[in-house]
Amino acid sequence: MDFSALRNLISRYCTGEENWVDSRTVYIGQREPPPGTEAYIPQRFPDNRIVSSKYTFWNFVPKNLFEQFRRVANFYFLIIFLVQLIIDTPTSPVTSGLPLFFVITVTAIKQGYEDWLRHKADNAVNQCPVHIIQHGKVVRKQSRKLRVGDIVLVKEDETFPSDLILLSTSRDDGTCFVTTASLDGESSHKTYYAVQDTKSFNTEKEVDMLRATIECEQPQPDLYKFVGRINIYQDRDEPIARPLGSENLLLRGATLKNTEFVYAVAIYTGMESKMALNYQSKSQKRSAVEKSMNAFLVVYLCILISKALINTTLKYVWQADPNRDEPWYNGKTDHERQRHVMIRAFTDFLAFMVLFNYIIPVSMYVTVEMQKFLGSYFITWDDEMFDEELGEGALVNTSDLNEELGQVEYVFTDKTGTLTENNMEFIECCVDGHVYVPHAICNGQILSGSSGIDMIDSSPGPDGKEREELFFRALCLCHTVQVKEEETVDGIKRGIHQGKATSFYISSSPDEVALVEGMKRLGFTYLRLKDNHMEILNREDEVERFELLEVLNFDSVRRRMSVIVRSSSGHLYLFCKGADSSIFPRVISGKVDRVRARVEHNAVEGLRTLCVAYKALSQEEYHNVCQLLDSAKLALQDRDRKLAEAYDLIERDLILLGATAVEDRLQEKAADTIESLHKAGMKVWVLTGDKMETAAATCYASKLFRRSTQILELTTKRTEEQSLHDVLFELGRTVLRQHGSLTHDTFSGLSGEFQDYGLIIDGATLSAVMKPAQDDSSGNYKEIFLEICRNCSAVLCCRMAPLQKAQIVKLIKASKEHPITLAVGDGANDVSMILEAHVGIGIMGKEGRQAARNSDYAIPKFKHLKKMLLVHGHYYYIRIAELVQYFFYKNVCFIFPQFLYQFFCGFSQQPLYDTAYLTLYNISFTSLPILLYSLIEQHVSMDILKRDPSLYRDIAKNCLLRWRIFIYWTFLGLFDSMVFFFGAYFLFDNTTFTSNGQIFGNWTFGTLVFTVLVFTVTLKLALDTHYWTWINHFVVWGSLLFYVVFSLLWGGVIWPFLNYQRMYYVFVQMLSSGPAWLGIGLLVIISLLPDVLKKVLCRALWPTSTERIQNVEKLYQSHLSEFTPLPLLNSSLPDFEAHNINPRRSGHRSKELMYTHWRGTTGYCTFSSTLGPPGIGRTHRLVGLETSV
Amino acid sequence: MKSQQAANRPDNTAFTQQRLPAWQPMLSAHFVIPGFLLIGMAFIGIGVALYITSQNIQVLEKDYTGTGQYTACSECADMQTIPCICNVTFSLTTLFTGPVFLYYGLSNYYQNYRKYQVSRDDVQLWGDVTKSPGDACAPYQYIDNKPIAPCGSIANSMFNDTFSLYQIINGTMKLVPLDGKGIAWWTDYNIKFRNPSAQGSLQDAFNGTMKPVNWSKPAYELNPSDMNDNGFLNQDFLVWMRTAALPDFQKLYRRITSGDYALGLPPGDYVLQIEYNYAVKDFGRKKVVFSNVTWMGGKNEFLGVAYIVVGSLCLVMSVVMLVVYAKYKFADENA
Repeated sequence: MDFSALRNLISRYCTGEENWVDSRTVYIGQREPPPGTEAYIPQRFPDNRIVSSKYTFWNFVPKNLFEQFRRVANFYFLIIFLVQLIIDTPTSPVTSGLPLFFVITVTAIKQGYEDWLRHKADNAVNQCPVHIIQHGKVVRKQSRKLRVGDIVLVKEDETFPSDLILLSTSRDDGTCFVTTASLDGESSHKTYYAVQDTKSFNTEKEVDMLRATIECEQPQPDLYKFVGRINIYQDRDEPIARPLGSENLLLRGATLKNTEFVYAVAIYTGMESKMALNYQSKSQKRSAVEKSMNAFLVVYLCILISKALINTTLKYVWQADPNRDEPWYNGKTDHERQRHVMIRAFTDFLAFMVLFNYIIPVSMYVTVEMQKFLGSYFITWDDEMFDEELGEGALVNTSDLNEELGQVEYVFTDKTGTLTENNMEFIECCVDGHVYVPHAICNGQILSGSSGIDMIDSSPGPDGKEREELFFRALCLCHTVQVKEEETVDGIKRGIHQGKATSFYISSSPDEVALVEGMKRLGFTYLRLKDNHMEILNREDEVERFELLEVLNFDSVRRRMSVIVRSSSGHLYLFCKGADSSIFPRVISGKVDRVRARVEHNAVEGLRTLCVAYKALSQEEYHNVCQLLDSAKLALQDRDRKLAEAYDLIERDLILLGATAVEDRLQEKAADTIESLHKAGMKVWVLTGDKMETAAATCYASKLFRRSTQILELTTKRTEEQSLHDVLFELGRTVLRQHGSLTHDTFSGLSGEFQDYGLIIDGATLSAVMKPAQDDSSGNYKEIFLEICRNCSAVLCCRMAPLQKAQIVKLIKASKEHPITLAVGDGANDVSMILEAHVGIGIMGKEGRQAARNSDYAIPKFKHLKKMLLVHGHYYYIRIAELVQYFFYKNVCFIFPQFLYQFFCGFSQQPLYDTAYLTLYNISFTSLPILLYSLIEQHVSMDILKRDPSLYRDIAKNCLLRWRIFIYWTFLGLFDSMVFFFGAYFLFDNTTFTSNGQIFGNWTFGTLVFTVLVFTVTLKLALDTHYWTWINHFVVWGSLLFYVVFSLLWGGVIWPFLNYQRMYYVFVQMLSSGPAWLGIGLLVIISLLPDVLKKVLCRALWPTSTERIQNVEKLYQSHLSEFTPLPLLNSSLPDFEAHNINPRRSGHRSKELMYTHWRGTTGYCTFSSTLGPPGIGRTHRLVGLETSV
Repeated sequence: MKSQQAANRPDNTAFTQQRLPAWQPMLSAHFVIPGFLLIGMAFIGIGVALYITSQNIQVLEKDYTGTGQYTACSECADMQTIPCICNVTFSLTTLFTGPVFLYYGLSNYYQNYRKYQVSRDDVQLWGDVTKSPGDACAPYQYIDNKPIAPCGSIANSMFNDTFSLYQIINGTMKLVPLDGKGIAWWTDYNIKFRNPSAQGSLQDAFNGTMKPVNWSKPAYELNPSDMNDNGFLNQDFLVWMRTAALPDFQKLYRRITSGDYALGLPPGDYVLQIEYNYAVKDFGRKKVVFSNVTWMGGKNEFLGVAYIVVGSLCLVMSVVMLVVYAKYKFADENA
């Protein structure tokens, strides 16, 4: 990506701004046009390589080093190291150089490895074979060698290797079908058209003869926009120019379907293809914890600098007395005397900096890195996130964000393939209140509930029978489904199947396919459209033919479509199918109430419902209809409006037949997951490229919108009626009226007492909202929009282009609370939002691996998000929060005594501890316990975290790293270090503390402080540990033991490589004294007391819900059964109500229902019979999608 | 396919699934209140024992700087006559229980000054006087291009006042024998420090080196009465070389362990004869301290008092917590 940007930049500069061309000319087949045409402008295009990796072999070292030293901390350590090299410092350069080298190397290796994996993935894509026509022959080449202008042969089910202009297809009419599922999430088949003049080419030779150029715009990311022109040269004539539009452009990443092969010419390659342009550059994501860490770091840096400044100043004040500056016993060299006082002061300042630099722990970064890297293995190892079907578990692509999983406030999810399985299923239909369920699925296993559920076998009487068949015929006729009969394509290969032609239904609407297939299972098979006659195979295996007279196409304003057909007996019928809200008002007879009840019931279940009505037309009426339509169609002005009026006149006085229910099957436990996320305080937004109706139904099914949710619509339809300005303000008022009087608790929607809002917005309106303001009055659309969104418990954005998804995420990210966002998706169209969000999660879906590859974490199914966030995220957050706070704490404890010591050593930068202790304190004495803590701590058990999602809120908003807590830790550190230092000071006060009267020196003093220090900070961690596995025991006690053993060894030998032996026998001598032991014990206990006290009192007086749960867990551990919802045990939990969201079902019950409903295919026909008591929620709202304010 | 799945599948062990068996302690009241009570009582016990022990230790301090409020040795304070000998007299009314230790103490003397601290050469002190002393020893590294042994500021500034103690019995001065053995760490004397080895006498070993500037005698003549107490192994030198932690410090000078005084100093009048050589009056003071020790070392009330205070705090806290728990916690649990 860097490359193309750079190249663009360079070419821009080389050619000069004026010469910069807005269009490109592509010579098909790499051949120049005949002479005499326009000036030949050679243009250079990138090759077809996709680059997602960051480094190359050559630039790895400099680029990586540069990136690493851009980190404040690393840069700081580098400076300290250089200072130590240059000036005469109290500590050796090794003490900071070695850890720094270690950090840099470990990070570089890690990042190098990750980039290597990306290279591998890129190579796999770049080297997959493509078929290129050269000199009339098909040549196989690697994808990356494809150049602009090459003619490519793509076969069925292959993915297009770059953006291509369609020249010809295997179909006679020059069309081909394409699914762009991995680009925009729409899995339906779209039709693309070949260029008129070339569509007849059928062989390589013919194609190769083509001499033409294509002029088109420079690549731009909009997937749906393309403008170009093809000039075809035949003989010596003037070229024939044909316009090219997006219907001729096959996009990279899309897949060819139902077409044997196509010839096409590459126009945008590699990083210039529209798919690649829709990627966003990968920037390194920083977690909120890391940001806090950097903020703390700055504070500590300030503390450090002020410490050094204070000491330097005091030093010069103190030694103003010459007897202090240079007493006779401590002579200076001449060199030192001659130095300028400013230089001396500056050197002293640096020396103090070096002395105290350990307060910013270099090892913290190593430990954090290691914690993240090693910790992420728990995600990949997790057996519960392993998917049997895929044979894969979760993947971690970036381990930098583990803890961010515990901080998520907004979840942006794709719909198709993420929430749903992208698989429409006909569930039932209802004719006059009798419910029919397809045989094939249920085999009569219906569990009839309280309402009148009939089976297809029970005959509703002769009259009903007629209506029933009319209904089925209506569904078979009223659609725009195309039939693809394999027989006609390839009669020999397949197609003859059990004596019947196997046919596939293709439609731009998967619902229609599901309906027609459902009808097939109910006995009525739609065969084909032949010579304007639709053929149906009815139950008696007879073919019925209907003449298709008119199709009144579907549009999203009417929300219905109709067909007018003539039966073989000559009767004329109008069949109309549409959303219930658009059908019921137009119905004059039929069992409206019973059908309505059923539709409402189904809508509540999250099924997508459609109503079917008909009317018989007399010849005369039909004549009128034809006239109406013709005049509308011929109108030159306002054609759309006139058509709509005509439709409105035609589609009225209908007779209701019944309703259908189709399910876009949700992924397993998707609703449960969303519910948990809601309870955990997250806001879930669905961003989809799909239609609004489809998306809204999914939202209902997945419990994102509830029955009680009031839907606010912000769609093109509404903004056409009113100005955007009015709509926004109106919605804003609606929402704020409700919330103005309440506290700003965004989760309030679930308490049931007041209105719960859901917002639906579409892509076009969104871009209007996002448009920068022209004048002041409309300047704050964004603000109002955000305000509305904040008060909605769920938001659905439909018709989103991939970049718009990213824009939404960006908008929320930039809003004033700066919430943490998570994006989850499965297709290439989600990549940009995955990259934009703080955490990007890819679902390893059917639509390829693009999303999974570009994500930070990849999981097999949407349901795994629950464990990912609620368990892993929670754990990682508390672990790393403790890790960060503890690290700063232990280094305050470590360094502050040294600061205090300066007051007693004449500000001479005398270190309190030996060099070995200074170096090893963070590396070995206190590193492993905290590392292991941060890997395996579990403050509450995994099952409880899963069962009680509200615990997630206890850690929301980075609450363990707030300033208050940071200051608490810092003061605890200061207190402890005062205890260590002054404790030792008074112990040493002018006396001996051995029984032989011998005196200890300054190194014993330092060692005493250091021993107390190591024991205190280790035991402090032990107090914080809630989960003592054998590893913790081993590491905590092992570290202390190691300290003792090391000290014995370090002081027990005259080390020949050292030029000083100041630690010789110091430790043993200290231990030979009784008061030293007593003093160590006393000081350790004094240091730990306040923290223990604070913990116990806080737990008793102001417990967080996590602490309550811990108490409860302890008390009731034995009584806990698997299914008891935990909050029941402690009724004082603030959001207990949240558990019973549905007031009609107990929590227990709803769980059970959920399970039966989603268990799998066998669970289909289990109807929940609980249609609640009439009256509650039975307003028109319930019907679902139709509502708007 | 099956085997591949199995290969992809993560190990299902307690560790990888984060389900290792674990002990899950909590700082609950049931656990903390009795703990605090126990600690409190134990600490008060230890504290009282320490305090009483400390009270039984006898200490006698004599400042002999010669300036300011203490007038002892004021005649020598101007450092004009060399050597200047002065006497400090004191009398004991009770037995000063033995063994009695004699310390000298300096105040406001920064032995822990960084530049001073490092101004020594441990390799030289390990017996290698032939190599050139380390740069850290500057400005006491060379004299006339000859290495100083022992080099550096610490050695150069070695404390050189000497004391001898007399009991006045019927007007005559009876010398109290002072024992200079074993006042330095055993390891310093036996391992860490070594005299340079050479054929012949110690003096030969120091051949080619210079004595420190401030020293009146070379290293090999520090203690003329005991040949084994010379050079780098002189006990006073060893004591001095173990630099003090704080600017006010004491160092062990002698023990009184032998003869008539093995059980202590009996009541009576004493004269401490001081050879006053060491200049501190510009920045600090010097004193001499008689003290006896117990198992817990010298007199230090801090430890005992601290134990008692912390113990009492623990008791108070346990009561406070009990109240808090009775009021909130139990009500909470009943709800």
